[in-house]
Formats: sequence, C-alpha cells, structure tokens
Amino acid sequence: MAKITFSIGGVHPDDAKLSRGCAIEVLPLPQTMYVSMAQHLGAPAKPIVAVGDKVKTGQVIAEPGGFISAFVHSPASGTVKSIGPRKDLAGNNVTHIEIAVEGDEWVEGVDLSDTLVTEIQEDRQAILDRIKACGVVGLGGATFPTHVKLNPAPGSVAECLILNGAECEPYLTSDFRIMLERTKEIVVGAAIMQKVLGGCRTVIGIEENKPEAIEAMKKAVAELPYKIEVLPLKKKYPQGGEKQLIQAVMHREVGSGGLPISVGAVVQNVATSLAVYEAVQKNKPLITNVLTVTGNCLPVEKQHNYLFRIGMPLSYIAEYAGGVPEAAGKLISGGPMMGRAIANLDAATVKGSSSILYLSAESTKRGQESLCIRCGRCSDACPMGLEPFLLHRLYKAGDVDGLEANAAQDCIECGCCLYSCPAYIPLLDRVRQAKGMAMAAIRARAAAKQAAKESKTK
Amino acid sequence: MAYIVSPNPHIHASVSTKKLMLDVIIALCPAAIVSFLFYGLSEIAIMAVSVASCVVLEWAITKYLMKKPSTTGDLSAIVTGILLAMNLPPTCPLWVVFIGAVVAIAVTKMSFGGLGQNIWNPALVGRVFLLVSFPTYMTDWTVPAGFISNVDAFSGATLLGQVPILGALEADKLVNLKTLLHNVGGSAGEISALALLAGWVYLLVRKVIKPWITLSIFATVALVAGIFHFVDPAAYTGALFNLLTGGVILGACFMATDYVTSPMSSWGGVVYGIGIGFIVMMIRYFGSYPEGMSFAILLMNTAVPLINMKFHPRKYGRK
Repeated sequence: MAKITFSIGGVHPDDAKLSRGCAIEVLPLPQTMYVSMAQHLGAPAKPIVAVGDKVKTGQVIAEPGGFISAFVHSPASGTVKSIGPRKDLAGNNVTHIEIAVEGDEWVEGVDLSDTLVTEIQEDRQAILDRIKACGVVGLGGATFPTHVKLNPAPGSVAECLILNGAECEPYLTSDFRIMLERTKEIVVGAAIMQKVLGGCRTVIGIEENKPEAIEAMKKAVAELPYKIEVLPLKKKYPQGGEKQLIQAVMHREVGSGGLPISVGAVVQNVATSLAVYEAVQKNKPLITNVLTVTGNCLPVEKQHNYLFRIGMPLSYIAEYAGGVPEAAGKLISGGPMMGRAIANLDAATVKGSSSILYLSAESTKRGQESLCIRCGRCSDACPMGLEPFLLHRLYKAGDVDGLEANAAQDCIECGCCLYSCPAYIPLLDRVRQAKGMAMAAIRARAAAKQAAKESKTK
Repeated sequence: MAYIVSPNPHIHASVSTKKLMLDVIIALCPAAIVSFLFYGLSEIAIMAVSVASCVVLEWAITKYLMKKPSTTGDLSAIVTGILLAMNLPPTCPLWVVFIGAVVAIAVTKMSFGGLGQNIWNPALVGRVFLLVSFPTYMTDWTVPAGFISNVDAFSGATLLGQVPILGALEADKLVNLKTLLHNVGGSAGEISALALLAGWVYLLVRKVIKPWITLSIFATVALVAGIFHFVDPAAYTGALFNLLTGGVILGACFMATDYVTSPMSSWGGVVYGIGIGFIVMMIRYFGSYPEGMSFAILLMNTAVPLINMKFHPRKYGRK
C-alpha cells in the first residue's frame, strides 16, 4: 500500500469511480457552439473576430486580455453568428462568441495524426510561445495560464515538477481515462515541461485507487527516454490539492500567501500535460478536453467519459448521453467536494470542464443545522490545520483581526470541514466569507503601506 | 425542473450529532447492564427516572421557555441521564435523582443555551450538587438486592471509604484482579472497570473520541500515586488501587471526554487530562472527600477556554 500522502487533516469519502470502465468517446459537433471569453483565471480574452466572419477549427478567435490571460480558439469551422453576453453555469453573464457550425475544417499546420512525437525541441522560449499560442491553461481546476506558471519569475528555481494524477474528487474519471488511453502523450508532455523548467526532478503522483493508471504510467515511463518517476499516493482527499501534493511529494510546505515556486515546486495536472503535448508536438490548440458524465442516480451503462470541444452546451452533452436522470436533485460541474452546482444547464463547456455529475436529492441534501457540539471534527479534517469552528465563531463576531490571526486567509475551500460536521453547520460557506474579510484586510494594509512609501519618495 | 443550487461540498460524511450520541449510549450499555445485574430493580428505577427527567426537562424548557424546536432528538439528554444515574449510589431516593436531573439539564445545560454551550459537564454538576446538598443519601453505600448475589460486598463504605478506616496498606490489599471485573459498593458506574473499558474501546474504534484525554488521566493518576506510594506506602494508597476505585475509569472514559466541556485539540486534551489526574490525587490524599474525580473534572472544565487559547493544531506552512 502506498504510504505517501499529506500529513495534516483530510477525509475519506467513498471514491465512487463508477465510470472508470467507460472508454473515452468522441462527441459529435452540435449545430451551434458558444465559446466563453472567461475560460481561464485572470483577465477575460478579447474577441478578434466579427459577426459574419468565417472561422476554421483551431483558428484564434480571441486574444489575451492581460498578462494573466489566454488565447481562445474556434472549436469548429463555421460562421460567427453573434458576440455578446450569455449566461455561464452559475447564471452570470459572460461574453461568448456564438459559432454556427458548418463543419470541422482545421487551420493549416496542425498535425491531426495519432503518431507519437517524442523528439523535444531545444529552444525553451519557442516551447513557451507555442504553449501560449495554443491557449493552454491548467486543467486541474484553477485554469491558470500554463505558460505563466512554467516561466517562474527571475530568481526562483523549479526543483520539482509534480504531475497531478491524484484525481482525489469522488466520481470523476476523466484524468484516469486519459492516463490509461493517452499515457505516452502525457509522459512526453511532462518531459516538455521538465525541459522548460531546466530539467528538474519530475514526479507523476497517482492515487492508489487507480492501479491500472499507475501500471500504465510506469510502463510508459520505462519505454520512453526521459527521467520521470511515477509515485503512488495514498487515497485521501484532498490529495490533489496543490499544497497537499507538494507536501506529500517534497515534504515542503508553501508559506501562507506564497506560490508553489517559493518552495521550488511546479504542479501541473495530467490533462494539462496532454494539452502541452498537443500544443508543442502537434501545434494543436486547446479546444478539447475529457469530461465525465456520472452520478449516483445514473445507471453505469449510461455513464460516459467524453472527449468534448469547448463551447458545446452542457445541455447538448446531457441530451446526447440520454438526458438528465429523473432522480437527479442536483447537477454539478466538477467533483462533489469542490465542484459548482449547475444553475444553468444551457451554459457552454469551457477548457476546464471536467464533469456533469448528477446527485440524487437524498444524497446531497444538507441536514438541518444544529448547535456546535465542539467535537473538533472540522479541525481534524482541515488539511490546512485551521479551526473552522473558531473561524465560524470569529466570523459571526465580526472579528477580522482574530480571523487573520487564525489564518482564515489560508483556507483552500476543499469542503472537508462541512463534510465532517455532525451538526451540519455550513462551515465552508461562512469560512469562505471570513476568508474574504481577512484577505481584504491584508490587501488594504498592503495598499496603505504602498501609498505611504510613495508619498515618502515624493 | 428546479435543481438544488448550493455551494460545495455537495456530499456529507455519514455522521450526525444523533449518531455520535447513539454510539455513546451503546458504549455505556455494558456498564449499565452490569449495574442492573448487581444492584437490581432499584438501579433500574434510578436509571429510568434519571433519563426520563432529563429528556422531559429539556423538551419542556425548549418548548415553553426558549420557544424553539425541541432538541431532544439529538439524544444528548439521554446520555446525560445515563451518566447522572451511573454517578449516584444505588439507594438514592428517586426524588433526589429528579433534583439531580434538574440541576444537570435545567441549570447546567439549558441555562447556557443547550448542547454545546455549557461550560461544565451537566451530569457531574448534578452529582456534585446532590453530594453537597444531600450528603447522607449520597454516601449511603448499602448494596441493594441484585440479580447476582455478592458474598464479598462491603456494606456501608466504598473501597475508597475504607482507606481512613483500614489504612493505606490494608486498603491496597483489597484491590486485586477481581476488582477489575466487579467492584461492588459504590455508585452504579464504578462496578465494572472491564465493562467501562469495553465501552471506551468501542468509542475509539468508532472514532467517536480520541484516546489522549483518557490515557493522560490514567498515566497521571498512576504516576502521582506511584510516587507517593513509593515514598510512604503506609500513608498513601498505590497506583492500581487509585486507578480501579472510585470514578476514575468512568470519569476518564465517559465524563472527561465529553466533547462540549473538553479541549478542542489533542495536545490541549493531554494537558487537561494531566490536570484532572493530578487534582483527583491531591483530593484523595489531602482533601476532605475520599473521592475527587467529579471535582477534578469540573475544575479542569473551567480551565478549558484557557487551554483552547494556548493549544491549536499545527497549521500548514506556518511555524
């Protein structure tokens, strides 16, 4: 049994990987696709096409709107029908480019063959440019632009690249499937990132509940000419949390408010590695990803892992898979611990979409909140070593100094506290608010310090 | 069709206050059954009155005074009722039991706002109130007729009560391995160390509690008694005697580990346990009461907010 894991807190929900046996299927193109301009962390992309323009698959249709932003490409060939606000899955208006799909004619220069390209070019900057041009963002949840993460600020050195194949969220199997079906491409992608980072130690971390993926990955690593380790990890949530994974693999902890690179770590998801491979070796922009259709009220034969294109409405995918099951009480995009409830099923998929998860009302119903019995389960569960019961109390008292002193700002919003609470106190809902208050206080202080410094220099 | 839209997490562990309390009740069953066997119908009556009074009082207070939904469904009033009954002598009059329940539930628990809000362990405050108010009833250790007869039962005094009469050396000899199994002459919860420990192990296996508080109490009692006994065996009873007599096991396993009135962190729990172990031995050796577990736990309950200020879990990425 793999013993490697993070040392503080964590919970053990049933992993419910019901769709693990479902091979990846390619979804056909719908008639209309809606490409969001907010596909990534940071500034939204700016459309560079106009209504009526003809576009090809893989053509750039929006450019970065800031330093932390990314290119967006057309997921199909057709005509730009409209550019304007459309509701995302939470129901918020976001600019989308609507494309009337006419076919799947790709732009020039994209290698669409399945041939594995293992030769990696030497020019580091050229690799980074390619990753940026192909719009690659982190596919593990945060969708942080990959070219920024792979280019640490001067002075910081990457000592370890960790490939995140933990997939610690229950139900989700998309990372598992690509690790089985696209194994070698992922390894080459890792080798590319390793080269960009200056040849540091590279580790692929996989939770032990995916033994087939561990085997496949070990075999691929042995057959390819790179220096990469495969590391089985103990099954514990949130193993795939960036800070937890760094601690498990490197025995180092990222300081409060710090970036992984401050301890020499760079963490990338296995799906991101695949996207890097396709971008650098095949010149293929990021317009596809794998998504799991699963849930506890969906028979296994109706579950799927789909290769989707960004801009496909979730409702289209749900319909194609056989419709929303009768018993579904809650629809979730992402895992049951950290995913977001879908308020609008007509929302379009984005680069980071990982699932449509149907949970029965019974299984997702929150119990009636009662008084805290001071059992301490929330603080035992917290992987950051926080005391949610205390933060909850300080939040209710409006004690911002107390919240900051007790590290409310360090919360990673993993949900372990509320998951473990026998009194069903909505701990995370309130700690999230508390975190906002503490962060605002920290930012205000930094801004005041900066202003004082500027007035002094004048 | 409208689907639920709410923030993460979307699933919940199979845990609730009610399930935890049910586990505590199950864990108390072996010791309760043993007390019924040895003390018979009078003990069953005490248990019934204690539990019923606690539940009805909590229900009435939430309904008529607080005007809130009843909280008796969380089963915590039943736990308090069982623990109160186990802390009383088997001859205790039923109206005294009822007064104990009033002090435990009405005064100690509900006055502070109910479950989770109280500073002191309700059953222990109930017991101590009765001990101070009705010393005659509370120290009458006559053994009533049980379903199992006891030839070697003392009547009139507990083992701890024998110390001033027989002296430490003779008293020590009264404790042997049989005491572990059953030790008649005391409150219901003092009879069988084995039954209590079995319940404690059940709570550990079910991950309801952690072992640190209990173990640090046992270790401190053993250490303090060991040192005093080593220095002067004629004046001070030994470690085994002090672990197996009085309410040390009941207190360490079921009263000191009460979530509400014990520290939140494991290290805080160790400090709290050491405090309880030390205070109980000081009371036994130098105090005017033969037993001191209730006072020791209540005193350390009082210190819990201070302990919580000092001890916190280790935070990720911080020194």
